[in-house]
Amino acid sequence: MKVEYRIYMGIGVFVLLVMTVYFFWAKDYGGATMLFGTAGLGIMPALYFGWWKRRMDPRPEDSETATVAESKGAIGAFPGNTIWPFVLGMGAFMSGLSLVFGEWMLVIGGALLIFAATSVTLESRRGGVI
Amino acid sequence: MTIAEERSDLSHDEGGHEHDHGGPRGIYLWLTSTDHKVIGKSYMYTSLIFMLIAGAMAMIIRAQLTGPNNHLVSQQTYNELFTIHGSMMLYLFAGPFAFGGFANYILPLQIGAPDMAFPRLNALSYWLFVTGGITMLSGFFTSGGAAAFGWVSYAPLSSYSNSPGAGPDLWIVAIALTGFSGIFTAVNLITTAFYLRAPGLTMFRLPIFTWNMIVTGMLILIAFPILTAAMIMLYADRHFGAHFFTVSGGGSPVMWQNLFWFFGHPEVYILALPYFGIVSEVIPVFSRKPIFGYKGLVFATLAIAGLSTGVWAHHMFTTGTVLLPFFSALSLLIAVPTGVKVFTWIATMWGGDIEFKTPMLFVIGFLFTFVMGGVTGVMLAAPPIDFAVHDTYFVVAHFHQVLAGTAVFGGFAGFFYWYPKLTGRMYRESLGKLQFLMAFVGFSLTFFPQYLIGLRGMPRRVPVYLVSDHVTFLNQLSTVGAFLTGASFVVWLINMWISWKKPVAAGDNPWDGHTLEWATSSPPPHHNFVSLPPIRSARPLWDANHPEHADYKSHGLEVRDHEVKK
Repeated sequence: MKVEYRIYMGIGVFVLLVMTVYFFWAKDYGGATMLFGTAGLGIMPALYFGWWKRRMDPRPEDSETATVAESKGAIGAFPGNTIWPFVLGMGAFMSGLSLVFGEWMLVIGGALLIFAATSVTLESRRGGVI
Repeated sequence: MTIAEERSDLSHDEGGHEHDHGGPRGIYLWLTSTDHKVIGKSYMYTSLIFMLIAGAMAMIIRAQLTGPNNHLVSQQTYNELFTIHGSMMLYLFAGPFAFGGFANYILPLQIGAPDMAFPRLNALSYWLFVTGGITMLSGFFTSGGAAAFGWVSYAPLSSYSNSPGAGPDLWIVAIALTGFSGIFTAVNLITTAFYLRAPGLTMFRLPIFTWNMIVTGMLILIAFPILTAAMIMLYADRHFGAHFFTVSGGGSPVMWQNLFWFFGHPEVYILALPYFGIVSEVIPVFSRKPIFGYKGLVFATLAIAGLSTGVWAHHMFTTGTVLLPFFSALSLLIAVPTGVKVFTWIATMWGGDIEFKTPMLFVIGFLFTFVMGGVTGVMLAAPPIDFAVHDTYFVVAHFHQVLAGTAVFGGFAGFFYWYPKLTGRMYRESLGKLQFLMAFVGFSLTFFPQYLIGLRGMPRRVPVYLVSDHVTFLNQLSTVGAFLTGASFVVWLINMWISWKKPVAAGDNPWDGHTLEWATSSPPPHHNFVSLPPIRSARPLWDANHPEHADYKSHGLEVRDHEVKK
């Protein structure tokens, strides 16, 4: 986790430096605000990975000499085929089009969104554990 | 000990068998699959279809510019064509082809993962991408026509009074949908690369392609939210009477340019970095050498990502509202890590046993066009030159050589490199080489004259020019080149057709590849791997296939006998 933490922190701190220089040189509030937000988008995930870094057991994928056999246990649960992402996408599509063709499409789109989001949550996983 | 043995003990498939064998096929598979390989291929083929549509628009644009005072299409249609050509190529082809297609398919294979971290989110991002594309194209079927304000949609041209109708709104919705698709894919790829790596595959052993996808994902997460915010502001201006970008209400049109390019410049690297990753995979394999300066390449990529957030206003030098020395300096600085990359690629080829197969030829074509576009980019980073040639064909030639050169040559390098893995079939080498030759000659013939056209002062986005402008011959050369490039895609389609109808089995590892995607069958089975080789270096498969020249020996590491698959 250390490298993951460092690359995000590196980007965040670098943008923070750029922001400081830019703010005092250009005196442009708009650009400095955007750079500040960007720095946050680097530092925020970095803090999350840093937080995990201290709580996690050492992982075999971070070890230079790990063997394949060391990755004991399940890797994760992976869902099988499901129609709900498609329905969810169509719901988002209809809702987006409602911005162009009128609010009535939001009724269809919203219904599809709620229906698909509920179903995809209830479905949990129909695949298997690997 | 292999993963397969562990799997048979530990996996308790809860109804997972149905999709393993005898699962859905055809259109139902396309609609319901959460397998990263199916989604990756869908992404690839969909974006290639979008590319062919947008390419056909480019042909119409070039046909219109063949002669002085030509009137093949109306001026309004011309505006719609170049707007949708640019938008489709950037948002629906160049990005999704590499970042949705190749990354989806290859990244989990390269890190030894069974699937992406969030397979259903992955499927959702594909559907948002498809619907975004349909939304953008449907603008042509509205009464007012498609959006006609350029892919940058500058205020105040994009306001409701200047661009009325449903077309511009459809464009805004399309960008929002594809934007969310990109954000979801970025989250997915970063999580996959951080949490699903095979044991022993540390971050600094990741293939460069995977590294570039991680950095691209980081950039997408930085840039796309700003674009979405800007789209919402533009929509509010158009329909809710907001005044973000209108002077009359106290807003500022230049504000749009700031917001757009704060997204737009990282976007250039979002488009380019995945193809740099492809190039960094192809060159070592076809030079039969490890990549030269692995860490240098990784840090160069990170440096490009960091710097790209601080250069947005170099697109706005002529507005007179930006701090010229700051943006000029940072833009020139980007040439340093990019140069590091180019020299690293050349150094990898240097002294190598180079095989000029189709993917390698496309990579070399990429190097030529990209360096040419990059050098003119350095020129444009100097404000005095930019003032002279801003918004002329010089800029058009520059960004086509950088972006189209990267996406087409880098993209086809990757396509031919991984085509055996994707399909289990081989393409025809002679047709591939013919396609490269036509594309390279055609591409150069299209864009070199455009530099001269730009230096003679022809502005971009104008549908007609006069005899007295002295650009007729150069424009005709450019058109001939464009149609030659277009013909090269016909050769590609023929190649795919022959390879489909008369398949030649490719084998699992036709190129003697270095990375894990070649360690599984072609095409890979459901959940990708039956067994993994031991990972002791950045080239695990090379080590396994050539133990006498294994990379890990120089690092003082060893592989114990019982780890090696018999």
